[in-house]
Amino acid sequence: MADTSVELCGIRLTNPVIAASGTFGYGYEFAGLYDINCLGTFSFKGTTHKPRFGNPTPRIAEAPAGLLNAVGLQNPGVEAVISQELPKLKACFHKPVMANVSGFSVEDYVYTCSMLDQEPQVGWLELNISCPNVHGGGMSFGTDPAAAGAVVRAVKAVTTKPLIVKLTPNVTDITAIALACEEAGADGLSLINTLLAMRIDLDTRRPVLANGTGGLSGPAVFPVALRMVWQVARAVHIPVVGLGGVSSAEDLLEMMLAGATAVEVGAANLVDPYACRDIVLDLPRVMEKYGIEKISDIIGAAHG
Amino acid sequence: MRQGIFTVEENAPLTGRVRRLRLRGDPGPVEPGQFADLRIEGCFLRRPFSVCDAAENSLTLVYRVLGRGTETLAALLPGDELDVLTGLGRGFDLGLAEERPVLLGGGLGFTPLFLLARRLRERGTQVSVRLGFQSGDQALYEEAFRALGCETLVVTQDGSRGEKGLVTDFLPEEASCFYACGPVGMLRTLCEKAPCPGQLSLEARMGCGFGACMGCTVQTAAGPRRVCRDGPVFGKEELLWQTQV
Repeated sequence: MADTSVELCGIRLTNPVIAASGTFGYGYEFAGLYDINCLGTFSFKGTTHKPRFGNPTPRIAEAPAGLLNAVGLQNPGVEAVISQELPKLKACFHKPVMANVSGFSVEDYVYTCSMLDQEPQVGWLELNISCPNVHGGGMSFGTDPAAAGAVVRAVKAVTTKPLIVKLTPNVTDITAIALACEEAGADGLSLINTLLAMRIDLDTRRPVLANGTGGLSGPAVFPVALRMVWQVARAVHIPVVGLGGVSSAEDLLEMMLAGATAVEVGAANLVDPYACRDIVLDLPRVMEKYGIEKISDIIGAAHG
Repeated sequence: MRQGIFTVEENAPLTGRVRRLRLRGDPGPVEPGQFADLRIEGCFLRRPFSVCDAAENSLTLVYRVLGRGTETLAALLPGDELDVLTGLGRGFDLGLAEERPVLLGGGLGFTPLFLLARRLRERGTQVSVRLGFQSGDQALYEEAFRALGCETLVVTQDGSRGEKGLVTDFLPEEASCFYACGPVGMLRTLCEKAPCPGQLSLEARMGCGFGACMGCTVQTAAGPRRVCRDGPVFGKEELLWQTQV
C-alpha cells in the first residue's frame, strides 16, 4: 500500500494534494460533488481586512493551455469570513485548513492574520505577498526582499500557527525573496502565484481584461513553476509547497522531485471540479508505476 | 451540478451563424434558466450556454459561432462526444408566474425562455412571448413557442417580420410579471418600463461556471453576486444597472 502522507510544518497530511486559494472557494462549493475530506487540505479564498468587490469584469480570459485572471481579491473581509464562511466550511471539512491572507499594508496583514490565527480549524496561514491584480499592496511586498522580510516578521510576531509565504514569479531572482522570508521567520514557502500577463481583443483593439493585465495560470506555467520550486528548494531549509499548472498525479510527483513537500492544484479545479479528487485517487497507481512506496522519500530527489 | 459525457445527435445551422446542438445524455434535473458548461477541444476554459430545452435523455442548446470555441463546436458531427456540466446556476422562479407572465427575448435571449415556456405551459399557465430580432431573417423559434401554446409576437428592428420596433415596446398591458433575457440595454429598459415584477437572465464571461473563481461577479442590491452561481437569473429589484454597463 503506497504511503501518500507528508508532514507540512508539523502537521500531517494524508496526501500532498492541496486545492489552491481562489480556485476552491471555501470548500463547500465542491462538497456537493464529492467528500472533500479526501484532500490533504485546501487553501481558502484570499482574505483581506476589509470586504473587497474586486476588479471590474471581464476578469477572466482564455490563454493557450491556461487562463488569465484579474479577480482582484474579491472577498467579504475577515470578519465575515470568520462569522459566515468558516462555519459552512467546518460543516463539510474536518481537517486543518490553510487560511490565505492578503493585504495592502503591514498593518492589514497583521490584523487579518491575528484574527485567523485564533480560529481552531486554521492549520496554516498562507501569506499572499504575490497577487498581481491589486494596486498598492499584494505583489509589491513580494518583489522586494526587505519589504517581504518586514511583513513576515510583523505577522510572525502576532501569530502562533505555521506561516507559509506565497511567492510571486514576477521577480528577477525568486531565491532572494525566499531567503529574506526564511530569515524573517517564515515556516514555509508556497510558489508560484500567477505570472503577470495580458491578452488583446482584435475586434475592440483593447485588452480583454478590464484591469488590462492579469495573472496567467494553468498547464502553460507548469515548467516555469517547476524550475522555480527547484531553485527555491535548493536555496532554503524550510518546506516548499509547489504550485503552478499542476493537473495530474504525474505533475505532482515532478513538483515533489523538484523539492516540494506538498503540492497545490489551482486552475485545474476551474475546468474540472473533480480534478483534486481524481489526483488523490490516481496517486497510488502512479506511485506504483514509478516504484515509489513512500511519497515523502522523493521530496527533492531530483537534486541528486 | 453534475458532469456527464453527452453524444451529439444534431448540430445544424438555423440562420446565419446560429446553430442548434442537440445532445443525448442524462442532464439530471434542469431548471429553466440554468446553463450547461461545455469542454471544447483546444480550449482551456469551458464555455457556458443557456439550456434551450431539456428532457430525460436530451439537452438542446442554441449558439452563435463567435470565436474559436464556438467554431470548434460547430465542427462537431453526430456521434461525437462532449464533456458537459449541467444543472448550473439559479434558474427562473416559476412561482412568480401566478397569472399572466410575459417572456421577452432579445436575439438569442429566447433560448432559456423556451424551456421556461414549456414548464409554464405544463402547469397550464397562459403565456405571452415577445421575440425581438434585428431583422426577419434572424427570427427563430416563433413557431416552436406557438406550438407550446404561447401567444407569440415577433418584433424586428427593421420591420421585415412581425411588428417593427423594439421588443420592449410590446409589453402586454395585462402582464402580471415578466421573464427576460437579451442584451443589457434591453434588460435595463425593461426594468425601467415594466410596472410588474420580473426576472432577468444575465450573460457573463465566466471562468469556472460553478462559483469557484469569482470571475463573473456583478454588484447587486445585496452585495457582490456571482452570475454563474447566484444567477444567471436575478430579480429586477436586485440589479444595479450602473455597475453592469
